[in-house]
Amino acid sequence: MTQVGTQTQQPGPGRTTWEPRIIGFLCYWCSYTGADSAGTARMQYPPNVDIIKVMCSGRIDPELITTAFANGADGVMVLGCHIGDCHYISGNHKTMVRMPLMRRLLAELGLEPERFRHEWVSAAEGEKFSKLVGEMTEQVRALGPLNWPRLLHERGVGHGMDLKAWGE
Amino acid sequence: MGANGKLKIGMYWASSCGGCDISLLEIGPRLLDLIAIADVVFWPCAADFKYKDVAAYPDGYIDACFYNGGVRNSEQEEVARLLRRKSKTLIGYGACAVDGGIPALANLKTVEDIYDAAYHHNPSIDNPNGVEPQPTYASEYGELEIPRFYRSVLSLKDVIEVDYQIPGCPPQADRVWEAIQAVAGGGVPPRNTAVKVGCTDKTVCDECPREKKLVKIKQFRRPQEVRPEPGWCVLEQGIMCMGPATRSGCGALCLKADMRCEGCYGPPANVEDQGVSMIGALGTLLDATTEERARELVDQIVDPVGTFYRFSLSSSMLKARK
Repeated sequence: MTQVGTQTQQPGPGRTTWEPRIIGFLCYWCSYTGADSAGTARMQYPPNVDIIKVMCSGRIDPELITTAFANGADGVMVLGCHIGDCHYISGNHKTMVRMPLMRRLLAELGLEPERFRHEWVSAAEGEKFSKLVGEMTEQVRALGPLNWPRLLHERGVGHGMDLKAWGE
Repeated sequence: MGANGKLKIGMYWASSCGGCDISLLEIGPRLLDLIAIADVVFWPCAADFKYKDVAAYPDGYIDACFYNGGVRNSEQEEVARLLRRKSKTLIGYGACAVDGGIPALANLKTVEDIYDAAYHHNPSIDNPNGVEPQPTYASEYGELEIPRFYRSVLSLKDVIEVDYQIPGCPPQADRVWEAIQAVAGGGVPPRNTAVKVGCTDKTVCDECPREKKLVKIKQFRRPQEVRPEPGWCVLEQGIMCMGPATRSGCGALCLKADMRCEGCYGPPANVEDQGVSMIGALGTLLDATTEERARELVDQIVDPVGTFYRFSLSSSMLKARK
């Protein structure tokens, strides 16, 4: 698995400051098309969200979200069709149950709630998409880097880490 | 194998409750068969062996060594490395060695929190001088040393290479016996880092005799609040059963006793993160057609991390609290 977190640890080539790195899982039928319409309409929004297109938001295994954070993402965004609009009829009903539960789980693991966002964006809502990306980027920027790999390193947890004793 | 043709076996107790040591005795009369084919060369819980005895063995002396418990301090790490060197086959035994187990829930707290609860702010503690254990102490007999406490609970495979792992809290006796027979008969699966034995690749639901009525969960209830209807899937009855996200091998023992699965066998094959895998499973199981209803049901779930990662926080994706 490639590390997505390199840019969160150090400013990338040609960058002098840290930029938030947000992974966006977008459903193909509504939200990705919505993002596309934002582009077609030439709306301006920050380039901080790396979009991963999936066929349905119900296909987003919660493990993908923890994988993104564990590999260094500063935020994760899950966007799907509004309830009732799912191309597969009830795919997003699964998302609607999983994501509030993910939000609670991540909060218990100490992640700030602003780092995880779940919204419905239809194919016509390019403006909503660009607004969401702008909002989330600013919220995550205000929080600063998450850098979960460094956190684990500091606690000496995970395969191949230097074990760290308390007081050292 | 020794000059008498017997296997040499060992067992060590690290960061765990001791139930694993007891579970080896759970094989019952078969223990006599075990003694007939094997000599115990290291088992601090059962007989008086010292670390220096093990250090004096030649490398690879122990044929099969069972290590139970995770790694929380420097002593456990040192013994893990020593046993790795002295053992031909090293087996991570039990949920703590495999996935961190219950002690790994301490990764939700910092060491400072743990020391505070253990030595300072706790109703049962009387420590007016605020004494804390120190790694070294200069006594009149010379400098004394205790193991250093690590910042996290680690699974055994995080520290050293492990040949096989037997999950479970504790591993079920029949599976343990099968594993011992396999080691004795040379019928072990190809040696590989941390391949799991004494279990299957499917989930607990696969072995569970209870029937699914294909109804959706209308309300979550805690195990102490309701007596499950016999023969019916307890998850469908609203009791948070970890069966769908837990590896099988136990024979669904808890469910046969009307108790939910707590997830001690860890994540099933091809799943790395047991907790979020359970969240994935719940996505299809709730009786909710509106967002409000979904949130209402989800809010009824008590202690998501403690429930979903009860035995597997060390092997999950995020591993610790921020």
